[in-house]
Amino acid sequence: MKIPCPHCGERDVSEFRYGGDASRTRPVHGSGDLKTWHDYYFTFDNPKGPHAEYWQHVLGCRQWFTLMRDTATNQVLP
Amino acid sequence: MSAFKRLGEGGRLDRSKALSFTFDGARLSGYAGDTLASALLANGKLIVGRSFKYHRPRGIVAAGVEEPNALVTLGAGATQEPNSISTMIALAEGLETRSQNAWPSPRFDVMAVNSLLSPFLGAGFYYKTFMGPLKRSWMWYEPLIRNAAGLGVANPEKSSTRYDTTYGFCDVLVVGSGATGLSAALVAARAGLRVVMAEQDFAWGGGLLSQSNEALEYWRTAALAELRACPDVRLLASTTVQGIYDGEQAVLQTGPRLEILRARTIVVATGAIERPLVFPNNDRPGVMLASAVRTYLNRFALAPSSRAVVLTNNDTAYQTAFELAERGVAVTVAELRASPTGDLLAKAAQLGIAIFPRTGVADVVEEKGERLVRLAGRHSVTIGCDVLAMSGGWNPIVHLTSHTGSKPVYDEKIAAFVPGILPKGMFAAGSGAGQFGILTAIRDGERVALAALKALDVAAAKKSVDLPALREDREYAIDPVWGEASRTGKCFVDFQNDVTTMDVQSAHQEGFHSVEHLKRYTTLGMGTDQGKTSNINAIGMMAALRGLDIAATGTTTFRPPFSPLTIGAIAGRSVGAHFRPVRRSPMHRWHEQNGAVFIEAGLWKRAWYYRWAGDAPETAYIQEMQLVRSGVGIADVSTLGKIDVQGPDAGEFLNRVYVNGFAKLPVGKARYGVMLNDDGVVLDDGTTSRISEQLYYMTTTTAQAGEVMSWLEYLLQCHWTDLDVHVASLTDEWGGMAVSGPKSRQALELAFPQDDLSNETLPYMGVKDIVFDGVTVRVLRLSFSGELAYEVHCPARYATSLWEHILRAAEPLGIKPYGLEALASLRIEKGHVAGLELDHRNTLDDLGLGKLASTTKPYVGQALRFRETLQEPLRWSLVGLELLEPEKKLRGASILFAASDAIKGHGRGYVTSVTWSVELQKFIALGLYQGGLKHEGEEIIAAFPLKNEHVRLKIVSPHFIDKAGVRLHA
Repeated sequence: MKIPCPHCGERDVSEFRYGGDASRTRPVHGSGDLKTWHDYYFTFDNPKGPHAEYWQHVLGCRQWFTLMRDTATNQVLP
Repeated sequence: MSAFKRLGEGGRLDRSKALSFTFDGARLSGYAGDTLASALLANGKLIVGRSFKYHRPRGIVAAGVEEPNALVTLGAGATQEPNSISTMIALAEGLETRSQNAWPSPRFDVMAVNSLLSPFLGAGFYYKTFMGPLKRSWMWYEPLIRNAAGLGVANPEKSSTRYDTTYGFCDVLVVGSGATGLSAALVAARAGLRVVMAEQDFAWGGGLLSQSNEALEYWRTAALAELRACPDVRLLASTTVQGIYDGEQAVLQTGPRLEILRARTIVVATGAIERPLVFPNNDRPGVMLASAVRTYLNRFALAPSSRAVVLTNNDTAYQTAFELAERGVAVTVAELRASPTGDLLAKAAQLGIAIFPRTGVADVVEEKGERLVRLAGRHSVTIGCDVLAMSGGWNPIVHLTSHTGSKPVYDEKIAAFVPGILPKGMFAAGSGAGQFGILTAIRDGERVALAALKALDVAAAKKSVDLPALREDREYAIDPVWGEASRTGKCFVDFQNDVTTMDVQSAHQEGFHSVEHLKRYTTLGMGTDQGKTSNINAIGMMAALRGLDIAATGTTTFRPPFSPLTIGAIAGRSVGAHFRPVRRSPMHRWHEQNGAVFIEAGLWKRAWYYRWAGDAPETAYIQEMQLVRSGVGIADVSTLGKIDVQGPDAGEFLNRVYVNGFAKLPVGKARYGVMLNDDGVVLDDGTTSRISEQLYYMTTTTAQAGEVMSWLEYLLQCHWTDLDVHVASLTDEWGGMAVSGPKSRQALELAFPQDDLSNETLPYMGVKDIVFDGVTVRVLRLSFSGELAYEVHCPARYATSLWEHILRAAEPLGIKPYGLEALASLRIEKGHVAGLELDHRNTLDDLGLGKLASTTKPYVGQALRFRETLQEPLRWSLVGLELLEPEKKLRGASILFAASDAIKGHGRGYVTSVTWSVELQKFIALGLYQGGLKHEGEEIIAAFPLKNEHVRLKIVSPHFIDKAGVRLHA
């Protein structure tokens, strides 16, 4: 599996770390009650198909970025 | 009499090169070009092993990778390799081979008594019998059963084979070098692409090697010659594509070497495997696949000695019948269908082949050394023969196309599964895709190669692939039969796992209907051959039992590896010292040369203790602790995470990530801080110092250094993009040392006489950058031990010089190095939490740090810190523990119980860290206990079940020494 790093280009997945679901917005720092943070942190969809997610090129340039990946095929989507 | 005879001429053998080898100690000979299997057949060795469960004698069934029976152990000692497929082994001079699962020999095997017990040894027998009646009986019986059943024995010695991993890249990977593969490779090569063609056999041509047609042989040779002349084509023989992974990544195995190949496109031209037929005693030696008989004839010049019976439900087996008859073998065909199609009858008549239509095989027996085949159906006759060649049709090899998740689909027309919808960049062609026939294969190979070129946006060369001068392919015609249970004898579905039609039937009766359940209940399709010859027959039979069609029944999942490979090949060089990377502190060499004993801490090698303090760790660390408590010691803390945080918003950033306030931290001061995850659980602790207005220096625990760095980057890059802050890891760039003990200030004053390090200038939690010999040295007055102490950090390349300088300068004070064991024990006395307590499950309150959290500013994890489960009053939280029985020992990881509890189960907590206290002269510990310090003063029990020890403890404050912090501020 290859991941396109926006800075370095396409690299092997072993150079990256997965950073979770990127489809929702983090509550603004200092705002949001328990329910808001609970929903943000603990409740996820687990889609088979396109999924927006965070990745970091942790063994490369260390850039974090979002990626659309098909969870069934591991194809990176535009 | 031998079942096969070596013909005086023909075959792809180099008869000028005779090779000598051994099988079970017997010295035999063959020719270059032989496989081990063909050489064994040429030497009259038909029986090569005993079956897995019933210990029935078994012979060679196939001529390729699908062989279920003829597995052997190669070599001996450090190079011994079990379960090697004899049909895939190139014969070599001096090859040493042994049969498996037979004692004393495959012809006479003691465990064949299992065969008499066989009515009781059906699917699930062992588990039902030995696991049910007596609890624990399985534990007792299992080794005996495993010893009686089984395959080869793993090499118990350290392998002397050199395994390795390489990485490669290409435009087109062609898997298989048969007609399809050669054709596809030619198209890709002519377009100037980088091509890799992998062939599992040691010879090139796949199915073409089993043909006897001259025009075809000319075509094969010409194609290979052209490919060999292309500089960008790599031809890899004896190379199996073991798996295909997402992103067009293929794993190729050549003996002990793996290649991770990034192919931009993959053409799967893996061909097809012939299906056995299922009839009573179809596992008798001499019963073989019709295609294998043909391969042995044409490739290895081995013909059945005089007579052969061919049993078939399709037309392809007639080619075997004809070629055998042409070489003078008397051939009888039992035709399961009403009639073969087209011109086959006429040709058979011409060659004197008797065909019995609508006739199958009722039994295979050996009487007085003769193999008898009892035909039944329209014709009931008994025929003597050397070989029974069977063909149940063909299964395209859909393994590789299935590895990335594409499900094979059932094609009624050919009664077999073919590749389903393939991912971008992968193509299947030829008989591997259900396109049978040689000309069809060549055309199909060309078609998919052109599709691959299109996907790569590359123009094809003008020259197309020439076709050999052959008659047009016959249409493939088959009437599928799968098998049913019989009363007259065992009908084997899976030879390697001894699974019969009765087992499939009983799986169905007991409700194991799904093919995945069928597999696990009967063990069908497990083992080293992974059901290459058995799966589809079993699926067909199960479908019939359930009254479903095969498409609805589906297949089990195909997973890598395609064929057996050694663990050594997977590990490559990543063994021993190279199992994982090693991290060393910049002072590592000094420690090595000065009596340090090392211990692994994560990837780090850390100085555990030094020999000056003794040779045994359990006494040395106590000496080192005493040194720090009474004088001064120096310890390497370079492994701490060190992060440079700078920018106009650095203060605001730190104020957000730490639970306690950092906004007002003055320049020249350090502060202890704790970070939470978003879920409110403690992530890490450490100190951060303010070096100048916009520059901060953060330290993290050794264990969480990488995690914290990534987390800070995540927050800054993904969420708080409005903050103007930059973070950079200095962990490897800077070294650090702790100088600890009541004499530590004196030590530093001796080392840096020109600098003012007095209590007034550098008080507790003060930080000061000084310049020593032109190098910036950061002095931080921090204490992990609870004594007056400093950390001294500097760029890594000067760290050893600085370390040596301090040791030399403070020598009059008796300074000595201390190691990780003492470092970690001193902090227990002080009650500092570390990695063992910060295990990503504990909250601030669990660790007694709740008061640290700010109530006036928001911080990461604040909201979820207050969720219900984290507020539970009976949570396990931090306590200090003192051993009440001085003659006994307190062990780490002991389970804690209240005094009145029965000593069983998970208890109310556990010991996280334990040490001998030099101050208190007793064992003390930190632990997590239900309800925590609410139980202070109570007497509890620590149990260590592994040694059946119970000791009495008292719950105390975790701060064992200097509660008021007088020493820190001295």
